[in-house]
Amino acid sequence: MCDAVSPQKVDVLIIGAGPAGLAAAIAAKEAGAESLLVLEREDEMGGILRQCIHNGFGLHRFKVELTGPEYAQRDVLRVHELGIDVRCGVTVLDVTSDRLVTAISKQAGLTRYQAGAVILAMGCRERPRGALAIPGTRCAGIFSAGTAQKFINLEGYMPGKKVVILGSGDIGLIMARRMTLQGATVLACVEIMPYSSGLNRNIVQCLHDYDIPLLLSHTVVDIHGRERLTGVTIAQVDHQRQPITGTETYVECDTLLLSVGLIPENELSKKADVPMNQATQGAVVDDSLQTDVPGIFACGNVLHVHDLVDFVSAESFKAGKAAAAYARGERRKGKMIRVLDGEGVRGATPQRIGLPQTDDEPEPIQVLFRPACVYENAVVRVLDGQKEIHRVKRRILAPGEMADLTLSPKLLGALSGQDITIHIDASEGVCAWNS
Amino acid sequence: MLRCDSGNERYGALEGKRVHTEILVIGGGLIGCAVARELSRLAVDITLIERTEDVAEGASKANSGIVHAGFDAKPGSLKAKYNVEGNRRFAAYCQEVHAPYVPSGAMVLAFDQEQRQHLESLLSQGIQNGVEGLRIIENAEILALEPNTNPAVQCALLAPSSGLASPYELTCALADHAAVNGVRFLFDTQAIRLQKRENGFLVTTNHGEITATILVNCAGLFSAELHNQISTHKLSIMPRKGEYYLLDHEEKPVFSRTMFQTPTKMGKGVLVSPTGHKTMLLGPTAQQVEDALDVATTAEALASIREKAAMTWPHMSLRTNITTFAGIRAHEAGDDFIVGATMDAPGAYEAIGIESPGLTAAPAIANALYTQIAQEHSYACKQAWKPAPDLPKAFSAMNLEERAQAYARDPAYGNIVCRCEQVTEAEIRSAIHRPVGARHVDGIKRRTRAGMGRCQGGFCSPRVMEILAEELQIPMLEITKFGGQSRMLTDSLNPSIKEDKGHV
Amino acid sequence: MEQLITCINCPIGCRMTVDVEDGKVVSVTGNSCKRGITYAAQESIAPKRMVTAVVYVRGSRMPLSVKTSEPIAKKLIFPCMQAIKALMLEAPICMGDVVLRDVCGSGVDVVATKSIGTVPLTPEQA
Repeated sequence: MCDAVSPQKVDVLIIGAGPAGLAAAIAAKEAGAESLLVLEREDEMGGILRQCIHNGFGLHRFKVELTGPEYAQRDVLRVHELGIDVRCGVTVLDVTSDRLVTAISKQAGLTRYQAGAVILAMGCRERPRGALAIPGTRCAGIFSAGTAQKFINLEGYMPGKKVVILGSGDIGLIMARRMTLQGATVLACVEIMPYSSGLNRNIVQCLHDYDIPLLLSHTVVDIHGRERLTGVTIAQVDHQRQPITGTETYVECDTLLLSVGLIPENELSKKADVPMNQATQGAVVDDSLQTDVPGIFACGNVLHVHDLVDFVSAESFKAGKAAAAYARGERRKGKMIRVLDGEGVRGATPQRIGLPQTDDEPEPIQVLFRPACVYENAVVRVLDGQKEIHRVKRRILAPGEMADLTLSPKLLGALSGQDITIHIDASEGVCAWNS
Repeated sequence: MLRCDSGNERYGALEGKRVHTEILVIGGGLIGCAVARELSRLAVDITLIERTEDVAEGASKANSGIVHAGFDAKPGSLKAKYNVEGNRRFAAYCQEVHAPYVPSGAMVLAFDQEQRQHLESLLSQGIQNGVEGLRIIENAEILALEPNTNPAVQCALLAPSSGLASPYELTCALADHAAVNGVRFLFDTQAIRLQKRENGFLVTTNHGEITATILVNCAGLFSAELHNQISTHKLSIMPRKGEYYLLDHEEKPVFSRTMFQTPTKMGKGVLVSPTGHKTMLLGPTAQQVEDALDVATTAEALASIREKAAMTWPHMSLRTNITTFAGIRAHEAGDDFIVGATMDAPGAYEAIGIESPGLTAAPAIANALYTQIAQEHSYACKQAWKPAPDLPKAFSAMNLEERAQAYARDPAYGNIVCRCEQVTEAEIRSAIHRPVGARHVDGIKRRTRAGMGRCQGGFCSPRVMEILAEELQIPMLEITKFGGQSRMLTDSLNPSIKEDKGHV
Repeated sequence: MEQLITCINCPIGCRMTVDVEDGKVVSVTGNSCKRGITYAAQESIAPKRMVTAVVYVRGSRMPLSVKTSEPIAKKLIFPCMQAIKALMLEAPICMGDVVLRDVCGSGVDVVATKSIGTVPLTPEQA
């Protein structure tokens, strides 16, 4: 092994100073972690919130509606107050399963750390055009929605004038309004599914307010333009999401924004051999947010893509606290059982929970998951082995909104020790949406 | 019009003028750059003109990147001759100009008796062409060498001399080498009309006129058109589109060799191959197209790649697909390379119809043209032909010590701009300052891999554009994806910056 | 007069019909819960929106993000954007600073949502 740079010891090392990393750092410090280091690749803390200048953040956590930068600033202040060492402009190059972290920066060059615990908080990235293999030319004017958001809100440049947006997730909707307010014409928001995965609030306030059509069950089937984009062809799709011949319409535009999904950015996690969950594309974790590699924790969008930053913060507080305990030498005892995805459930997180120890009252555990499709009047059931131990009714469940389920102390105390499964019972509901 | 700060007058130098050069190379693709690099050994004035704003903008940026062994071409053809010769030289050639090359080997898979017979004929054809090391291997050996192959495979032709190159990086490296040896590069300069003159040629371009004693036509898709203006022996290029899927690199590559399929009555099959950068290519298709610049991908072709590739790779997953792309091959009606002096146009030379195995053949084609021109015109060699400029190792390929040393040399190595491919600010800046440097976002991508990875420039393109604007001293609004009107941005929110410069 | 309103309170997004006469809600139909009625009443009579935008700051590479300190009448969104676009600001600016008072006579100020060219705020200021 090369020893060009000898590693420094830290108790807890956090990768990323976005909302997840900041909350984890605050919690770890408050839980007594002595040496704490946060490494952030951008020049400022705040992560994606820096460019999310719209409001709507913080209702759950702060009981007020904040813009992204304001939400981030609250954590930044607390981080300063606690004297936490955050280094910006530092990119982590490698993490090993023994928690040896290698990083580089323009200011300090190569640095290495031997961490007592590592918290992965790298966030997620946008799926590019290639992920969909949309046919057509590869001209200028095709951006992922977040890149366009960065150009406008952080760099002060407009990426286009006549815009089509593919994907009606919240970022796509927010960008429809943003481009419109800043003087561009948004011609349509095109969604391949029969429903939007964005919040109704955003559909109303970002599309309806500006008379921007939302084309459900449609997609972009061709991209035109040799140098800059000159237009796209939009077509209706069938139930298998295949374009229907004869429904093609050409739309003249100079910009195509893609809001077609987010992928947790787990390249570093993979270097540390952290086992992944297929459904979330994030790490497999237990209820303390520890991955299957001891001492490595994960939280926020690198674990699973959240809708609400408030939930990211809540999850990351838990991770920070648990990482501090791990760094102190505390180890979890007792049996772990698995939490499995049942019918209609995708990516239930955490994937493992520890059975409570006899002497103490367990804390309630929140399980988050995404419904596979839209259900009305559904019943969410928890099975312990084959036996139903809990059921809750839900008026509405949709893939666009992460669902949650709390396992109470009483429920946890009565678990048999077999794996538990979460099911959505759709007998009353339908796997469709006709909005 | 972009201008450049380096020694080369790259753009607009011709505007309204008539200039003379001894040798004019038309086309800045792989062949044009390879020929210019060989000719730069001669003590004469050489100019290369290129229609677009960078080298490798045509077929050279969008092909399989395979260094073929040479069993595929008909014995006796120029394709066979230059392929085998080029293959033998390829590793050393790449090393000379510091371009990547990976000796990987290849297999052609056969799934039934009829295909086995075809492999046997490929084997004897290969032996006839002088390809070394070819042999037919059976199912068990195939699966031992490439465990992800369809287990239904019967046998395969193993070609150990096949390899992987990076056609656009090689082209950039050759251009640099030519430039340091005095070749003048003029971009955004398209040959429109060629006329024979006493003692040479008059070339009319979109900007001005060039007179040249020697003409070397390496104009790819446009080469036949130019040829026909000065020769009575007419040629015809039939553009053939090839589409591809490009998959992200994985910790463990699925295949370590290029996996071909045996051509059948149903078609040529597609290859599944690693690239020199450990990403994976699936393709190409072959469609005749009217428009030589039509590089749009199509739903039908992509579907056919998926279907065919699954024969080689039954557990195919496109989950890690980064992009799809298409390139146009310059197929000539006579189905062979045309290399040498242009018929009935003394002083004119050409390389026409350079489709696959054109990449492999490039060193041999360039050498053939160089030798012929040098001999026929008794040009003297330069006293000192400079070696290719050093190209520092990519940060992503460095070990810890090398990284520490790189940082000590230049702290900009500490700033990772492209996170997917781990490309540093230092590498992006130096790509702009190479002898034939990057002038736009795609030029940076081809030279450094910034933006080549899984997020496709989503994170790094704003920063790459800022660096381009800084180094070229041009406004952000003038930064293009690949020159011309391919501008990335339309307006600034800064009210003191004029909206929409030059954008209609 | 009848208005069609999509409820934004939950993912169901009830399509409600609101009957308004003389600036008063006469009836709401299509809602599934009480929250729908409250929303429909407000949205049909006096719809309001927060406006967020960015402003160029002289000498700063990054633009400044701003918001209306409270929601303003929906019909004032574009006039408000025009007023914001016309701003020419100088650093330093602190998060919370008023950059435009009483925008378009709405009685609402436009305030900075981040700081530019300043030391970080102390918790008391925030």
